[in-house]
Amino acid sequence: MVEKIGVYICHCGTNIARTVDCKAVAGYALGLPNVVVARDYLYTCSDPGQEMIKNDIRESGLTRVVVASCSPLMHETTFRRAVADAGLNPFLFQMANIREQCSWISENRELATTRAKAIVGAAVMRVEFNEPLEVQKVPMNPNVLIVGGGIAGIEAALQIADSGKRVYLVEKEPTIGGYMARFDKTFPTLDCAACILTPKMVSVGQHPNIELLSYSDVTDFSGYVGNFTARIRRRPRYVDEEKCTGCGQCEQKCPLSVLSEFDCGLGKRKAIYRPFPQAVPSTPVIDREHCLFFTKGVCRVCEKFCPRGAINFEQKERFIDVQVGSAIIATGFDLFDASRVKEYGYGKFPNVITSLEFERLTHASGPTVGKIVLKNGRTPESVAVVHCVGSRDNNYNEYCSRVCCMYSLKIAHLVREKTDAKVYEFYIDMRAAGKGYEEFYKRLLREDVTFSRGRVAEITDVAQNSSENGKLIVVAEDTLLSIVKRIPVDMVILSVGLEARRDALQVAHIFRISRSKDGFFLEKHPKLAPVSTAGDGIFIAGSCQGPKDIPDSVAQGAAAAANVLSLIDRKEVELEPTIALIDEDSCSGCKICIGLCPYNAISFDEPSGHAVITGALCKGCGVCVAACPSGAIEQQNFTNRQLTAEVEAICA
Amino acid sequence: MNKAYDRSARLVSRLLNIDLAELDDWNCCGASAYISIHELKAHLLSARNLSIAEKKKKDLVVVCPACFTTLSKTNHYLAEDRKFRRTISTALKSANLEYWGGVKVRHLLDVIVKDIGENEVKSRVKRKLSGLRVAPYYGCQLTRPFGEVDDTQFPMMLDTLLSWIGAQPVSFPLKAKCCGGLLMMTSEEVALGLNKNLLDCAAQNGAECIATICPLCHMNIETYQGDVNKRFGTNFHIPALYFTQLMGLAFGFSRKELGIDEEMVSSRVALEKYLEAAS
Amino acid sequence: MVIGLSTRFEPKIVGFLCRWCAYTGADLAGTSRIKYPPNVTPIRVNCSGRVDPTFVLKALASGADGVLIAGCHPGDCHYTSGNVKTIRRFKLLQRMLNQFGVEKERVRLEWVSASEGERYARIVESMTKEIRSLGPLEWKTKVEA
Repeated sequence: MVEKIGVYICHCGTNIARTVDCKAVAGYALGLPNVVVARDYLYTCSDPGQEMIKNDIRESGLTRVVVASCSPLMHETTFRRAVADAGLNPFLFQMANIREQCSWISENRELATTRAKAIVGAAVMRVEFNEPLEVQKVPMNPNVLIVGGGIAGIEAALQIADSGKRVYLVEKEPTIGGYMARFDKTFPTLDCAACILTPKMVSVGQHPNIELLSYSDVTDFSGYVGNFTARIRRRPRYVDEEKCTGCGQCEQKCPLSVLSEFDCGLGKRKAIYRPFPQAVPSTPVIDREHCLFFTKGVCRVCEKFCPRGAINFEQKERFIDVQVGSAIIATGFDLFDASRVKEYGYGKFPNVITSLEFERLTHASGPTVGKIVLKNGRTPESVAVVHCVGSRDNNYNEYCSRVCCMYSLKIAHLVREKTDAKVYEFYIDMRAAGKGYEEFYKRLLREDVTFSRGRVAEITDVAQNSSENGKLIVVAEDTLLSIVKRIPVDMVILSVGLEARRDALQVAHIFRISRSKDGFFLEKHPKLAPVSTAGDGIFIAGSCQGPKDIPDSVAQGAAAAANVLSLIDRKEVELEPTIALIDEDSCSGCKICIGLCPYNAISFDEPSGHAVITGALCKGCGVCVAACPSGAIEQQNFTNRQLTAEVEAICA
Repeated sequence: MNKAYDRSARLVSRLLNIDLAELDDWNCCGASAYISIHELKAHLLSARNLSIAEKKKKDLVVVCPACFTTLSKTNHYLAEDRKFRRTISTALKSANLEYWGGVKVRHLLDVIVKDIGENEVKSRVKRKLSGLRVAPYYGCQLTRPFGEVDDTQFPMMLDTLLSWIGAQPVSFPLKAKCCGGLLMMTSEEVALGLNKNLLDCAAQNGAECIATICPLCHMNIETYQGDVNKRFGTNFHIPALYFTQLMGLAFGFSRKELGIDEEMVSSRVALEKYLEAAS
Repeated sequence: MVIGLSTRFEPKIVGFLCRWCAYTGADLAGTSRIKYPPNVTPIRVNCSGRVDPTFVLKALASGADGVLIAGCHPGDCHYTSGNVKTIRRFKLLQRMLNQFGVEKERVRLEWVSASEGERYARIVESMTKEIRSLGPLEWKTKVEA
């Protein structure tokens, strides 16, 4: 049967029309075989635009439709729906990208128009061979996997669990809470971080719908949206979670103290410990690397004193598999390593500390019980806060870490509140964009903090005059005064930037999500889909997507939850039917395809002597199709005929 | 006094079996001066040297960090920037030269410490400079901007080498700070101030002399020491000696051979204990 | 070929871009309004592993002057190991093309991630320039003969 193809060339306002002669392309299209309708239109994705297409389908009996406009990643779904509305199978529609990969990349009208013609021609020749296909509908498993128990993960978990769905919350550390649990106060309200966080942590710990898998991580994640399997490794705490009441006796009696990671190495913890008093779960964990029993075979004091007999040195690592329909990745960030900036002397000068170390100092349950002191125990008389360490810097990270200006102001405030020290803030720009942020900055201006605009060049201890003896001297240009300043201070606090986590690459590989240039996870669309990823059913939230403050992390956690709940509510998800099919008659049983499938979807059927594909496992990569020497495998909607038609059309 | 660097460097290298062949028809690299005025032409000057070295299939060794930095920069930029590479190639072609990026540029200090190594150097020491307190001065160009030779702010190579020849390298926090370089000509005030800081730091840490690896640093420190004293009312008398001179002294060469006593701030007092044996 | 005012040879390059990384990266180049020569006409496939080497030969034999295959960086493949198969096939393809006398600059395999719009543009730019200087392939006369 002769097809009737309708071709629509979109102007997209001036986005396409500015560089591509749409009328000429439409005219060209009309001259192509089997094209019965060819129009150019201003905004094809608009309602009237879609109506126009539907009318043509009905009135001209179109059997195939091509829209040449933006990227299929933008509007393929829109047009497929429109076409289906008019009674035509949505896979008899083909999209030609003459915007992102044509009009937007060229200033040469002639070349761009010729190229657009080639692209449209390819789509027209291909669509001839499109077959009607039915989307696969698969049931949506309502369980949700959330990776990361920081504030974003906690928010998402609570929202989803509250709606009655089951959540598996996996957290690497022995406790949830993330970085926020280590902060003292939060800007701009100066809320105590623990006060606002711990109630949420407790809710998570007690929620009947949340299975909290702490001290665990995801080692494998397979399947497709609606039907994922996650393999989770549960590391041994050597304490039985069921029996432990969190009484803390073991911690008290343990004879061994080591440096505490939670306190940035500034304080100590025991070998059996909870990272902080309000940890959830409140079950302690034994640090195998230091515990005297594991290293030397002695002690076992905790076991002796535990009233419930919860200590179990025999615990082993175990793996569990959970079935979920969707996942939210909220793994958070890591701080920039300040020792990389040699000029600032971090690691060399004991009183050059990072912002997080300062948080631990000023924290009421920190190593100095909230006192801001130098390493020798004295109170500083002068403090410098250095902005943009590792951020906005071509040598390290180009981007702005967004939260440092605000937390630097908070630090200045806390120093002024708790000591009489003079505070000097060395900034480049003051970024105070959130609600109440600018007002907070104004407040600090009145708190007798000296602001000096100019990136700090160096922190040195080589005194040039007597007033500098025994001090740390901050050398910076003040660009507003056009002078180079040398400010002697007792303590320097480096406002380090946020980076993607050191293990972000591994996580990205496990969930098969992409990362942007700076290492953070890549969202589907920076404006319109900030919490989705290219993979259906996998979402990201919080600072793993990019540096952000607590309000934004919470907002993203909730947004991801909304996305997930919307998926779950649909009860069924549609899968692209781009799976591979084997024509048994053509299959010679050579078995080349079997080893190639990344999902082991192809098996060999001995009795019949050919390969068989399990449709549910096939993800549609097409590797087997390209490999089959007999051409016995075809990929739906990406058949050899369709692709070669495109090739021939382009080369003509 | 710079002749002393040349002489001592050659003597020491020959003893350590470092085969130094002077580059054919080499040209001035323009150092830090020219590259600030006309970057492209300065790189071309370096590229010319590099292409000649490449033909000889040898590494290019320099004793001056300014040459080192300029040549290294040229190497780096040629590798990173395609357009730049094309421009330089075209220019070189007009002189029937070509450069494919194969030459490694090294400072002599780096070659001695990394390639020759501790055992070999120690085995040549006839007379340990025991007790001689030396401030190891690297200058600003060896380790920056690339940080490939040693730590950008607190390098340790020269300190290590000095300990191999028995001397006592003192703590010298300004070891990689600028001496002012050519600013001594154009902004004397600034350069004198920088030199004062260096001398002050060396003196405060008890240095009896300053070991240098750069002819310009060396010149600034010793030639203008008198001016520093006049300007700031200080009383510095710290001799500057090239690291190769100190090595030569430890290896048993004579003062005359090493050009010691030719310097502007006399090293006689500092080297008293070693000088009799070194005549 | 381009008909019109410009008499300069405009290479016709067929591009096979994987929808997860390369195609998205190429889209990003456009969204960022990066200007580069429009000589690569993209064909979207799910994975670079879908690209049958015969497609490449078909393209060259049908009038293309070059072919670009672009996929995810090794390790990042959305289908875990699709791009690994592409590498293997490509190596053999290169040997074959060499025997045909087709210059190796004409057929390239590149890795472009979804955030590498700039990189994609530079690849197309350099490939276009190289093939332009090589001239049209003219398979029928040069290769088939």
